[in-house]
Amino acid sequence: MSGGAWRQRHAPCSIFPRHVCRRRSRRRLASTSGATLIDALLSASAAGITELLSPYPPGWGGALLVGLLHSIEIALGATCLGLLIGTGGAYGKLYGGPVVRDLLAVYTTIVRAVPELVLILLLYYAGTDLINQALTAMGYQRVDVSGLAAGIAVLGFVQGAYSTEVIRGAILAIPQGQIEAARAYGMSPGLMLRRITLPSMLPFAIPGLANLWLIATKDTALLAVVGFYELALATRQAAGVTKAYFTFFFAAGVLYLLLSLVSNLIIGRVEAWSRRGMPSLKEAR
Amino acid sequence: MANEAAIINVVARTSLWLQPHRIVLILIALGLVLSAAFFMRWDWLPQYYEMGLIGIWRSLWILAVTCVLGFLLAVPLGLAQAAGSFWFAAPAKVFCTVIRGTPLLIQLWLLYYGLGSLFPQYPWIRESWMWPYLRQAWPYGVLALTLSFAGYEGEVMRGAFAGVPKGQLEAARAFGMSRWKAFRRIWLPQAIYRALPTLTGETVLQLKSTPLVATISVIDIFAVSSKVRQDTYLTYEPLLLLALIYMMITGILVFAFSRIEARIPNKIG
Repeated sequence: MSGGAWRQRHAPCSIFPRHVCRRRSRRRLASTSGATLIDALLSASAAGITELLSPYPPGWGGALLVGLLHSIEIALGATCLGLLIGTGGAYGKLYGGPVVRDLLAVYTTIVRAVPELVLILLLYYAGTDLINQALTAMGYQRVDVSGLAAGIAVLGFVQGAYSTEVIRGAILAIPQGQIEAARAYGMSPGLMLRRITLPSMLPFAIPGLANLWLIATKDTALLAVVGFYELALATRQAAGVTKAYFTFFFAAGVLYLLLSLVSNLIIGRVEAWSRRGMPSLKEAR
Repeated sequence: MANEAAIINVVARTSLWLQPHRIVLILIALGLVLSAAFFMRWDWLPQYYEMGLIGIWRSLWILAVTCVLGFLLAVPLGLAQAAGSFWFAAPAKVFCTVIRGTPLLIQLWLLYYGLGSLFPQYPWIRESWMWPYLRQAWPYGVLALTLSFAGYEGEVMRGAFAGVPKGQLEAARAFGMSRWKAFRRIWLPQAIYRALPTLTGETVLQLKSTPLVATISVIDIFAVSSKVRQDTYLTYEPLLLLALIYMMITGILVFAFSRIEARIPNKIG
């Protein structure tokens, strides 16, 4: 996959962009090891970094931001799809017949035991293949499934298995009396789901679901392996073209970290909102 | 007598588990497996058999080394966050946040492509004894996976260390144990007992992260299956077999950990 990386690394100076070469000759003058170390960590000079990361075309910052946007889109879509599958799956596991329950157990077990990378490859190829076979069987043209839809579907399928378990646990944590009271008032199952089960399961489910959202944002990086354009792939391309590997992977790491930290802030708010009217966690302990 | 009772118990449990619909499901699954065995192409297996075994061995080896090293690193990380002063706790917390907040793939590529592309520029690195290792890919993979495991497990160990009741530590001190002895005999074992259930999950997650090293040209079992796909132009067969192999390894890991957990006294704290 990346057999050429070393060869590129050992290539003569001429293939490096100009600023790298310039810096090399300067480094020969630097004698103290401390200066060399600092120099090493900043793979390009400060001016070079801003040049490389600037959002306008000669720089690659814009490409990274577009990649980040795609990553967020996929993560959002996958989490929503995962929530739908998870709610259905949890209901099936709790209230479904024996066959439904066993099939769901197989689904969650298999998805949680196989690496995401393998699942993504398998579902990506199998999914597009199945759709095209179904289309040709029905007499339609083959279509190219868009990367965004495929990414959302694949990651959503994986997320669904995890959120099934989270939501199942959260529904089980609802005090039984609430459900009994809803039944006693003659609520239909759908109404009970909407008015009682979902709202009162939320505070129990949100920590787990928040964790899943963070996992989803990080799992989008795996889609780079099947060639979907998101932050990791954008970074790889930018780094490959400019040869400033350290700068770009570092920048991507910072973007992912920012995404996680901002998500954490929002999740804290949402959790406080969903627990309104309940005793705080600290007092409960 | 006790033996008979045990056998009856097992039979009763099996018959409870083996309900009619399960038999049908198992038959359907068997049918799927058999049709996969007959209708798909497996003639490449003998040729790649040995390479696959080496790949599995390498994956397991990476898993074992990174889990052990990562756990050894996680203990001080957890301890620093649970009991350290600000100057120890803050860096440990930052480390755990950064590791948990960025994808492993990016960490791996940052180390291999980023750091790795800086080293050759320095003659003293190229002349040192480390250079033969730094030229290869696996040290970067092992380092990235170790740091990742340490970051996730460090957070778990923080909770585990903080969860050991204070009275236990005070009792240990009252018995005249030195701080080190109290840590070694009381604090650490109880923290590990508490962390063990999550350790199972973390180890399975770590197993599921190992195929990422294939993206930096380490030949593990995932890379072997990619090679089979490239050589034979088959899409599904190598991937399905790969998924089966990972499921089997996961099953063995979960079973082994449940045996270890069963040996540990469960009434603690």
